[in-house]
Amino acid sequence: MAITNEYIQQKLTEKFGDAVYNFEENYGMLSFETLKENNLKVMQYLHDEPTLSFTFLTDLCGVNYPDNKDRELAVVYHMHNLQENVRIRFKVFASIANPDIFTASKLFAAADWMERETYDFFGVNFVGHPNLKRILNVDEMDYFPLRKEYPLEDQTRIDKDDEMFGRG
Amino acid sequence: MNEHHITLPEGSIEKHTTTLNLGPTHPATHGVFQNIMELDGERVVSSEQTVGYIHRAFEKIAERRPLYQITPLTDRLNYCSSPINNMGWHLTCEKLLGVKTPKRVDYLRVIIMELSRIADHLICNSIVGVDSGAFTGFLYVMQYRELIYEIFEEVCGSRLTTNIGRIGGFERNFSNTAFTKLEKFLKEYPVALGELESLLKRNRIFMERTIGGGPISAERALNYGFTGPNLRAAGVDYDVRVHSPYSSYEDFEFTIPVGTTGDNYDRFLVRQEEMWQSMHIIRQAYQKIQAFKGEEAEVYHANVPEYYLPKKEDVYTKMEALIWHFKIIMGEVDMPKGEVYHSVEGGNGELGFYLISDGGRSPFRLHFRRPCFIYYQAYPEMVKGSMLSDAILTMSSLNLIAGEMDA
Repeated sequence: MAITNEYIQQKLTEKFGDAVYNFEENYGMLSFETLKENNLKVMQYLHDEPTLSFTFLTDLCGVNYPDNKDRELAVVYHMHNLQENVRIRFKVFASIANPDIFTASKLFAAADWMERETYDFFGVNFVGHPNLKRILNVDEMDYFPLRKEYPLEDQTRIDKDDEMFGRG
Repeated sequence: MNEHHITLPEGSIEKHTTTLNLGPTHPATHGVFQNIMELDGERVVSSEQTVGYIHRAFEKIAERRPLYQITPLTDRLNYCSSPINNMGWHLTCEKLLGVKTPKRVDYLRVIIMELSRIADHLICNSIVGVDSGAFTGFLYVMQYRELIYEIFEEVCGSRLTTNIGRIGGFERNFSNTAFTKLEKFLKEYPVALGELESLLKRNRIFMERTIGGGPISAERALNYGFTGPNLRAAGVDYDVRVHSPYSSYEDFEFTIPVGTTGDNYDRFLVRQEEMWQSMHIIRQAYQKIQAFKGEEAEVYHANVPEYYLPKKEDVYTKMEALIWHFKIIMGEVDMPKGEVYHSVEGGNGELGFYLISDGGRSPFRLHFRRPCFIYYQAYPEMVKGSMLSDAILTMSSLNLIAGEMDA
């Protein structure tokens, strides 16, 4: 029997009560939020509970919501139950001043690099990560480029020296 | 010890292992990434990877671009099979916008996607041959990749970075030449593929080199987030085309090959069999397309004027079409709000697009789930204790594409 989104929601609320909230169904995928202290507990429960068994971590990425006061940074987990073919998404939020979130790399080896990437671009500090350093950007970089406070280059700028590009 | 033996100076420390810097630009890596390997003789003790040499900040750039300007970015992820990336992106947009595509469009897409899967696997498998010492196969099958690229060229005008298709379908109907070339491919390619297979599959040297090299168990592969042929070689029958069918894959009969040990040989065999299955799918799709009659046989896009670019002839001659063209290109049409995750079976595994839209002209956040990036981290575990030359072979049989890794 395929597990339904209602069933997952019911199981999670039974186990965690108010700590899981904002259940939504976007394009068929159940998504919810949880407290950042709970991210590993929720993940472990989703993984271990035999009727849920979300044993595959599909994706882990960061999002920056600059307008959410004290919840500026989000980490989004996509998990997948391969037998039943059900996907689920959950988010944890942290403030940009204190972006500490527990690492999932002990549960899923796949999370290692994805967390490094999230750290690299958003500056989320994954507590307990074995090797939290930049992965795609240069080590000397002193900012976190995917945060919304760093705008893309102004397309109308005129101070560029075009001679460098053979257009002088 | 005799008098000819070199003795180290008094007090110096004898180093037992050698550090080897493999990459970033090394002929054996087939891409720009670095491996710092610690070797004991010829055995790999440990290795550490550095990636990011061709990072181009696609996720950041995408935050300012309207939907159509993101398609060329996806070309440059896994550039061995760009049409799959393009279509994965268009399918994501269609999911967000609620666009339904006609069956003929789905089947045309399936043909293009399976052709690119063949092109992708062809490169990987023939390169595994090259790295194990058989150069012939590689040069021999390249002409069929060329034929695939000619079909792409016929459909969209470009070959490698294709930017193929539109939201809702294709930019133009397939020409007769495209179908003729497809027929030629369907007729000639199985012979060449069979020859590549007979060159390597039961070849004693190749088998000795690949069997048992770079193995990974199903549990570890799942834990490492493996998808695609590499996961299937470890024995897990997960395929996005079957699990969550997109673009009418549910209408096709095909089997998913699985391996047992997840070693280099199994990965080779799985890719090889997938190419046969792709041929099977293309044949079915081509039959289904030929079954369309009358007006239906001319359909190549869905009816979504808000997102589908009008015909070029109309843009040059009609006011209405020009306005729509301008509006779509400049991103004047706002997307609906929403969060959508869509994935397709890319050449390397599950290629996912996580798109958050806040209702503006461009995505609020776009994240690519790049299969390569996720499974490359398993490499040290897979090559630990193996010979250096087998580690090279493992690297090529994982089909690591730097463009996809670095996004």
